[in-house]
Order: sequence, then C-alpha cells, then structure tokens
Amino acid sequence: MTTTSNQQDDANGHAAENPATAVQATDHVQSQSAEKPILQAVIQPAPLKQKVAVRDLNFYYGDSLALKSISLSLYAHKATAFIGPSGCGKSTLLRVLNRMYDLYPNQRAEGEVILDGVNILRPEQDLNLLRARVGMVFQKPTPFPMSIHDNVAFGIKLYQKLPKAELRDRVEAALIQAALWGEVKDKLNASGLSLSGGQQQRLCIARTVALQPEVILLDEPCSALDPISTAKIEETIDELKENYTIAIVTHNMQQAARVSEYAVFMYLGELIEFGVTAQIFTSPEKKQTQNYITGRFG
Amino acid sequence: MSDHIVKAYDQELEILGRKIAEMGGIAEKMLSDAMDALVGFDTRLAQMTVESDPRLDLLQRDIEEQAVLTIARRQPMAVDLREIIATIRISGDLERVGDLAKNIAKRAIKIHSEMNIPRATIGLRSMHESAAILLKDVLDAYAQRDAERARGVWTHDADLDALEDSVFRDLLTFMMEDPRNISFCTHLLFVSKNIERIGDHATNIAETVVYVVTGETLPMDRPKGRTTLTEAPTTVF
Repeated sequence: MTTTSNQQDDANGHAAENPATAVQATDHVQSQSAEKPILQAVIQPAPLKQKVAVRDLNFYYGDSLALKSISLSLYAHKATAFIGPSGCGKSTLLRVLNRMYDLYPNQRAEGEVILDGVNILRPEQDLNLLRARVGMVFQKPTPFPMSIHDNVAFGIKLYQKLPKAELRDRVEAALIQAALWGEVKDKLNASGLSLSGGQQQRLCIARTVALQPEVILLDEPCSALDPISTAKIEETIDELKENYTIAIVTHNMQQAARVSEYAVFMYLGELIEFGVTAQIFTSPEKKQTQNYITGRFG
Repeated sequence: MSDHIVKAYDQELEILGRKIAEMGGIAEKMLSDAMDALVGFDTRLAQMTVESDPRLDLLQRDIEEQAVLTIARRQPMAVDLREIIATIRISGDLERVGDLAKNIAKRAIKIHSEMNIPRATIGLRSMHESAAILLKDVLDAYAQRDAERARGVWTHDADLDALEDSVFRDLLTFMMEDPRNISFCTHLLFVSKNIERIGDHATNIAETVVYVVTGETLPMDRPKGRTTLTEAPTTVF
C-alpha cells in the first residue's frame, strides 16, 4: 500500500496508470512489481502483452448512449476488475467484449474492440468463434439440466468431435482448473443442478474453460455466494490467470482489490479511472473514484 | 473528508482523530512540564509528569483497538485506509514522545540536588523550544491535513540535530572542567538525546501526515544537521 509512489517513479508503471497512454503504448509496460523494487532491479519482469484493446467505444440501447467513448486495455494473463455503481455500464462493456449484445435488436456498438490485432466489432466476425475465444460466466449460476460431465462436455461437443476418452480428459482438466474436480469426481453423472450455488458457479467456470478460451469475462461471479465459495472462486481466478486474460465485474471492492492487477472505475457510462489496482485502492487519482470506493457516493 | 453514506463510519474516524489530538496535547504538556521541572528544579512537577504517562499509554491502546475494529468492520479503502493506518502510527509516535518526556522528568528528580551549574541547561532549553515547535507544528499539520506544513517539520528537524551537537560540546566542556560535574552532565546528555528523539518522532508524524494527504511516502533520507563529531553521543551513550 505504501508502495504506490514507487510505481509513480517507475516510468513504465506510470504508463499503465494513465489510460490514454496505456492504450497506445502498452507493449512495453512492465508488470506491477512495485512491491519488490529490489527484486525488480535484478529480474526484469516479462513485458506486458495487450490482449484486448478497446478504442473509443460507444454503445447504444436504442437511442440511449450507455457507454461513452471508452478506451482501455486488457493485458494478457492479468485480471482487470470493473467497478462502479449499478447502471454505470460495466456489464454492458463486458457484453460488448464477446458481442453478447448481438442477440438483441436495437443494441449497437461503435468504435473498436481489438482482440489480438483484429477488430471483433466488424460485421464479418464469426460470433461462435468469438464466443469460443472469449468465454463468459454470469452472475447467477446457469448449469444446464444435465449431468455434471455433460454440462462441461456440452460446449466442447459444439466445436469439436472428440473420442469419448479424450472428451473425458478435457472435462476432467476443465473441472480441475475450476477447482471443482475434487468435489465432483465421484459423481460426474449426477445432475449439475444438484450442486450447491458455489459449486454450480464453478461448474459454469469449468464449462467456460473447457472451450480453452483466451479471455474469460466474469460478471459478478460471486454475488450470490458465501465467503467460502467466494474464496474458492477467487483461488480459481488466480490459477486461471496463468492461461487466460480475465475481466471481472464486481460490486465487492475488496474482491476487486484482491483478485485484479488492473482496475477500471466507471460512472454513468464513462471511464473515470483506469490504473494499477494497488494504486486505485490506496490513492486513486480521481476524486470520484475515491468517493465511490470509500463509500461516499451519495 | 467526512461524508460517508454510513454516518457511524464518519463518527468512528472522527473519534480516532480526536483521540490523536488528545494524545498530542498530553505529550506536548508532558514535554514542557518535564523541561520546566528540570530547569526549575521542581521535583513535584517532575513527579506529576511521570504520573501522567499511563494516560497516554491507555489512549494509544484505545486508538489501536478502535482502528483494528474499524478496519474489520468497514474494510476502509484509499484515503480512509491511509487515515486509519496513520492514527495507528501517530499514536505510537506520541506514546514514545510521552515515554521520552517521562524519562526527562525522572532525570530531573535524580539530579536536582547535585546540579550546580544553572547555565548547563541553556542549550537544552533551546533544544526544547525547537522540539516543542516541531511537535506543535506537526500536530497542527495533522489536524488540518496540511501536507506542506508537515513537509516543513520534516525539513526543520535538522535544526534540532545541529543544536544537539552544540549541547554535546558544552556538556563535554563542563565535564572536563570538574569531575564532579560528570554525573549530572551525563544525565543532561541523555536529556538532549531524548529531546532529539522527540524531534525524530515529530518527523515520523510529519511523514505520516504527508502520506495521509497525498498517498505519497517521503524519501528515506531526510536532511541531517549533524557534523561527524555529533555522531558520538549516539554511539557512546
């Protein structure tokens, strides 16, 4: 917490704290390592890779503008937390990242969302392929009314024809990654609905990671869960970072502070502050951010 | 900054701030009483100073407990978090200031009968003046959340270090003049060290105030007012 000033002294770290520069010049932004300035001098952290770049994104529900000129980056193998009061547009932004909004008429996005150099908002984008690459977990657990195994296998079967044994391995791997395997390995044929809320949510995460996506979007994944289940999901998120890029919307400030490396504060459809999580939660630059995270928003 | 949606949260922070102010008042009074007792050979005042120390210890514990409770209850963020961490740190510093003042008072009781050179305390008096100003300034800076004023304290502690240097030389001269002076001059050397330490605690508090207001930490090396010779008291005594 007392290390935020070190980050400011660090020219590269500073670039990441400023949304404008972060979007443009991200490839050489260093990872957040201000807590270990000595280590940093010895071991150069791997350069940050920009996985998703959002540029000047506007989003409309019919005529009403829900996102106003949003620009930010999601970095590979990092978790970025989106915080802000209800209706600020954070879930909307998440839904743009895998074009979930395309399912609804009258909703449209302007601007660019660039995933590995390709704008996914262009009309010819294959949506099924996109959603396989950018998976999403929703606020409420949404297991299918089928067995635990089939819940996870369902998505895989949509995209690939695999021999049964191989499919089984993929399901197992996904359940292990979602930190659920130990609890369900003896009852894979039980209904997904028989699991507890926390387990169901981890089942949904398993279903998402089974497709081996590149980006995982989590929309308030713990809002209905008890602290133990929440801790397990957070542990899962930590592990998932090794392989995936994560965007998480949460109303729980502490959770955002715990799981993310970067944080975005949004208000009324605008991006107010985008920066390193440690900085946002100890000394944010914008007054509005400070008011919100300290519970002063009226 | 006191406009939380939850009013009780504001109150908790306010109470913590008020207790720091109370500690500050007690610590300031202890220091000036201890010095008055020393300079004026007033053992009764010295005794009273010693007796007021437990109150400071109690307040410090109280602040720590309240701060921990508030952290557990409210999960403070950003400026609130810095605010609460600051109360814990500052209360620790003020508690130490009280201990040092108490120590000066105890020495005043010990040496009042044998101290036969009144001018031996002149240097200590200006050290005390200087330290009292630092302490007052830093407490005001905290009360007003004034980072600039706190920075001033942080830079001016060097003056106190320089004064300690000259007090050290003076006392050394008295001791060389007459071996009978050695005993009480040694006590006075400790007193000068104590006042110098009080200045250090004031700078600690100044750093904390800057941190509360700006979220920044001051550099590790603060301006020093010592020559090489004055490093001696630190090592010898």
